[in-house]
Amino acid sequence: MTDTLTPVLSADWGNDRAWTLKAYEQTGGYAALKTALTMAPDDVITLVKDSGLRGRGGAGFPTGMKWSFIPQDNPKPKYLVVNADESEPGTCKDIPLMLATPHTLIEGVIIAAHAIRAKTAFIYVRGEVLHVVRRLRAAAREAAEAGYLGENILGSGVDLELIIHAGAGAYICGEETALLDSLEGRRGQPRLRPPFPALEGLYASPTVVNNVESIASVPSIVKNGVEWFGSMGTEKSKGYTLYSLSGHVKRPGQYEAPLGITLRQLLDLGGGMREGSQLKFWTPGGSSTPILTAEHLDIPLDYEAVGAAGSMLGTKALQVFDQTTSVVRCVLRWTEFYKHESCGKCTPCREGTWWLVQTLQRLDAGEGKSGDIELLLDLCENIVGRAFCALGDGAASPITSAIQYFRKEFEAGMHTPSSWAFPPEASTLFAQEVKA
Amino acid sequence: MTLSEVTISELRELASRYPEARSALLPMLHLVQSTEGNVTNQGIELCAEILGISAAEVSGVSTFYTMYKRRPMGKHHVGVCTNTLCAVMGGDAIFERLKDHLDVGNDETTDDGKVTLEHIECNAACDFAPVMMVNWEFFDNQTPESAIEVVDKLRAGKKVQATRGATITSWRAAERVLAGFEDGLVDQGPAAAGPSLAGLEIAAEKGWSAPSANEAKAKPNEVPDDKVGAVEQADTSRAESETKDEEGKK
Repeated sequence: MTDTLTPVLSADWGNDRAWTLKAYEQTGGYAALKTALTMAPDDVITLVKDSGLRGRGGAGFPTGMKWSFIPQDNPKPKYLVVNADESEPGTCKDIPLMLATPHTLIEGVIIAAHAIRAKTAFIYVRGEVLHVVRRLRAAAREAAEAGYLGENILGSGVDLELIIHAGAGAYICGEETALLDSLEGRRGQPRLRPPFPALEGLYASPTVVNNVESIASVPSIVKNGVEWFGSMGTEKSKGYTLYSLSGHVKRPGQYEAPLGITLRQLLDLGGGMREGSQLKFWTPGGSSTPILTAEHLDIPLDYEAVGAAGSMLGTKALQVFDQTTSVVRCVLRWTEFYKHESCGKCTPCREGTWWLVQTLQRLDAGEGKSGDIELLLDLCENIVGRAFCALGDGAASPITSAIQYFRKEFEAGMHTPSSWAFPPEASTLFAQEVKA
Repeated sequence: MTLSEVTISELRELASRYPEARSALLPMLHLVQSTEGNVTNQGIELCAEILGISAAEVSGVSTFYTMYKRRPMGKHHVGVCTNTLCAVMGGDAIFERLKDHLDVGNDETTDDGKVTLEHIECNAACDFAPVMMVNWEFFDNQTPESAIEVVDKLRAGKKVQATRGATITSWRAAERVLAGFEDGLVDQGPAAAGPSLAGLEIAAEKGWSAPSANEAKAKPNEVPDDKVGAVEQADTSRAESETKDEEGKK
């Protein structure tokens, strides 16, 4: 029987100076790289494919398969790009990982680049996390000085240059094709697909874009094997992962567990909801995943079960809200975010999010008009599936799901401001008491 | 103010770090901000000249990203997260109190030029909500009172330490690090703290760990091994339909 929590990526986060090469090597760091460099690149791809590792950035696409799409007969250079633009509201797993143990990511980068035969790799990290950028740059420098990066790595004949690239504040750059445009020094706007990045990505060359956690998981798979990885998780959602618990809970934080743990289990581990508080609604994987309620507490948090419940596992960002919280206020704020972050390329998203905000503002202020709920649903229907990228779909998720579960609160928005029904002071971390 | 020869050579150096020079534009604009205090017209023209693109293209990029400022900034940038979770946990109250206390609106600078206040979007520290950033360093679990204490110290020129990060320098110094130049402060602050260690601490209390490699036995593998199967199970309905279209065309 596997333990309830299985720290792998987070296992060394509490260690002294864990971000340094010395500390990382003391706990077995870069041993997996040495193993991987003795393997043929295709064997590394097969290993990761066989492990069943699925992308941890939200979509859950099998990582090894993504690598196998790179056409090795294409004469252009191959590129590996790590998506470290973690910006999905609620998501906070990659940032602590890169802050504490950046070498885990860098070791994964070198193994992945070897597998896809890339000689240049990039870590595109969002710009708003200064200390993480410091830790990444220092780790890349230390790795290069130790011969883990550069030419003829550890005498293997493998070459790799790693570039740490800081973004400049744009949620849309977490979308992989927008990220590539941004990395080319352009406005970060999504590209029409096909062609997919595997064929024409960065500089129109074959490119793999992977999330931080996906790449950081690779060294552990090389080190411990496919059987080990597959002993955790479920048949279709394999391995361990970082769940990020936030909001009205006693013990928010990072919980590394096999895929398939439930929110009830996670809450119980940390002592449950805060004093006097009952769960009202939660997101399973960031604000772009439809909200769920207390009736979904026992759903296994894996790709399949969350999907069957009408939402998505996403980034496993569990934002938990209690009975003091106005769902209309929350949905308005998320929608304002999507409106602000819409890159403006597609009309349904650019204009649609604008209209959604106008309508939700009325409802939040208690000045909603009859027909506003239908208007919201109609607008959402006209956005979903009609934009280049998933931002538009994400914008509709909180709205349609909130109306599904809490329609009465939107109806109350025809006459009562949300701040009367749910005084915001009561929801804060520093509230004196929580009224049941 | 004119950009110095040193800055110009550093801009060229950034451009030389990438397989294609234009990829350096974002770092170059960070560097312009660090020396000029904002993205200036001269800075835009210089980037354009170095990269061999038009000033309009550079301008188009600089106005797309929220971290680039076209107006002079205060010595310190203070960002309060007012995305949903932080807002609910107290970010809205903190932002309101700071606006009152500093007598500024959103994206405005105090009269003494010390602090530019801005509300920001989710900064990936939700387990530390409500979160405030000073020059993009973390200030975790804030209250209106603690936030006011921080800005008062910043304005008085006193030493301020990030919760998980280094001693606060200045917004310009931070921009230089983002551009690609190390500042020697990497070893300040912890590896991780508080909520980042919640699961690890509980696992240690209970004696839980990941299985050992030699005892582990995998469950049957039902992760699909073909492209169409994989996209069907992935959370991207769009990728799914596109892939099916593509496969259908073959």
